[in-house]
Amino acid sequence: MPQLRMTGRGLWITVLIVPPLAFVALFIVYPIFSAFAYAFFDWQGLRRGDFIGMENFHAVLFVEPYRSWTLNAFKNNVVVFFALMVLQNGLGFLLAYALWRELPGARFHRIAVFLPVVLSTIIVAYLFKLFLHPLFGVVNISLRGLGLGELAQPWLGQSNTALWSLIVAQAWHMVGFPTLVFLAGMQRIPGEILDAVRMETESEWVKITKIVWPLVAPSATIVFTLLFVGAFNWFELPYIMAGLDGSPFGSTDVLGLYFYRTAFGNVSSGQQNFGLGSALAVLIFIFIALVATVITVRLRAREIQL
Amino acid sequence: MSADASTYYERRGIMGALGRDGLLQIILVANTIIMLAPIVIMVFSAFKTTPQIFQSPFGIPDFTQLANFAKIWSETNFLRYLLNSFFVTGTSMVLILTLGTMAAYAIGRYQFTGASFILMFFLAGLTLPLKLAIIPLFMLMRDLSILNNQLSLIFVYTAMGLPTTVFIMTGFIRTLPNELEDAARMDGASEARIMWSIMLPLVRPAMVIAAIQNVVPIWNDFFFPLVFIQNDDLKTLPQGLTTFMGEYTTDWGVLFAGLTLSAAPIIVIYILLSKQFIAGMTSGAIK
Repeated sequence: MPQLRMTGRGLWITVLIVPPLAFVALFIVYPIFSAFAYAFFDWQGLRRGDFIGMENFHAVLFVEPYRSWTLNAFKNNVVVFFALMVLQNGLGFLLAYALWRELPGARFHRIAVFLPVVLSTIIVAYLFKLFLHPLFGVVNISLRGLGLGELAQPWLGQSNTALWSLIVAQAWHMVGFPTLVFLAGMQRIPGEILDAVRMETESEWVKITKIVWPLVAPSATIVFTLLFVGAFNWFELPYIMAGLDGSPFGSTDVLGLYFYRTAFGNVSSGQQNFGLGSALAVLIFIFIALVATVITVRLRAREIQL
Repeated sequence: MSADASTYYERRGIMGALGRDGLLQIILVANTIIMLAPIVIMVFSAFKTTPQIFQSPFGIPDFTQLANFAKIWSETNFLRYLLNSFFVTGTSMVLILTLGTMAAYAIGRYQFTGASFILMFFLAGLTLPLKLAIIPLFMLMRDLSILNNQLSLIFVYTAMGLPTTVFIMTGFIRTLPNELEDAARMDGASEARIMWSIMLPLVRPAMVIAAIQNVVPIWNDFFFPLVFIQNDDLKTLPQGLTTFMGEYTTDWGVLFAGLTLSAAPIIVIYILLSKQFIAGMTSGAIK
């Protein structure tokens, strides 16, 4: 009888665990491993051709025009990452600090700052695209209304402002996320430590740099890593606001757009190339995994256990 | 150190004048205006004609003027997109919560060989950016003959939602006391009966967190429909929005009304449940 009961329980556990495992294995693990394999073959449309070793990797890294496209997109991703580090995470920390003081209206401000985060990126992208329209957009209309007509410009139409316009839209969309993660970190700082600091110094600056910042290090580790992964996976917002080609003149081209365009083709060059696309995906994947690991390990090291 | 710091503090002019709380309050108010202004302009513009939007973008509209919404209702596929989004998101959520709870219950309540390995397997799925595997996923959906079929979306969303759900639920299920379970087992209740009648009612709070964390990205997703779905009648809301925005490029009143309608469901639910939303969406980043 006990024997039977055990096998019954073994069967029960199997019934519970196999269906969810199958989903993850089939739709996450298998595709990720396949992506690596795909990169080593010559693809003719949807048909897999010969094994060609490292040729796809060589092409996207060293053969023109792919080489310049890869470099240009990568450079733009780096700009996006550092700009959002300041605009999104930096501002997020400041806002969290302000919210943490529980001033009148803090609850309302907290709800407001997170509101854009729940919106679809597609809605945010179209909204800002309409706002930044050269003639009828609310940004240029306001500038002209304020007598600053010279500042009104085709924000998304010129190379030197397009990427920055996208970055600002993205920061507006997501600043609430680091804000509330940092806020949660600050709220976990024990009251005794804060009281002790208050006895020691009146300076807000010393309090922030010497006490609050080190003590929210775990929050910083997470938002920095997530921003890094997000910045190098950026796709939806530039796709809607600037188009699949990263217009104008590739000034908003990022790795996500470039990968998608290479793999599935676009209107201007209908050629789809799964081989080159997979090679790009593998390179982006390895880059993100390596750097994210380094960031996480380095930042973890400075976290303080309370 | 403390003397240095206090002289430093005295030197700060703005701080002295406003007080630090005054300065922080100004920052918060300014930020809230920046956060809300685009949304308010969007909603206002939805009730205006296109010339009105161009002439006075900030003006308060006549809220009884519903011509833009009427046009969307009668001329576009908008309602279909909305229903599709409800269907795809709803089905995915049911699958995620059912399968996620099953796996978490097995890992969290029973000791068996390989349990920690299986948990690691789920956690690995947490960190992998699945967008980069879109080419093999496309081929997989083609081989399963579900390209241009909402099942492709439901399967991918379910798989993507499982790692976080298993992670949240396992942690929670492990904290539940053993006594109830043991008592029921002594009474001869079957394992399935113990799970369904005794344990499941207790895990509801964790389910809410897991549900919110997954429902927002799934409802908002654009990338997978872009690759998997071509047929206009099958499109979800974010994807349908691109079709719609392309068709009405010059009719700004309709464009803003479309954006407002797309944003409305999630904004309303967020305002009603802001606490749960914030907890759910940041739960992955807060331990």
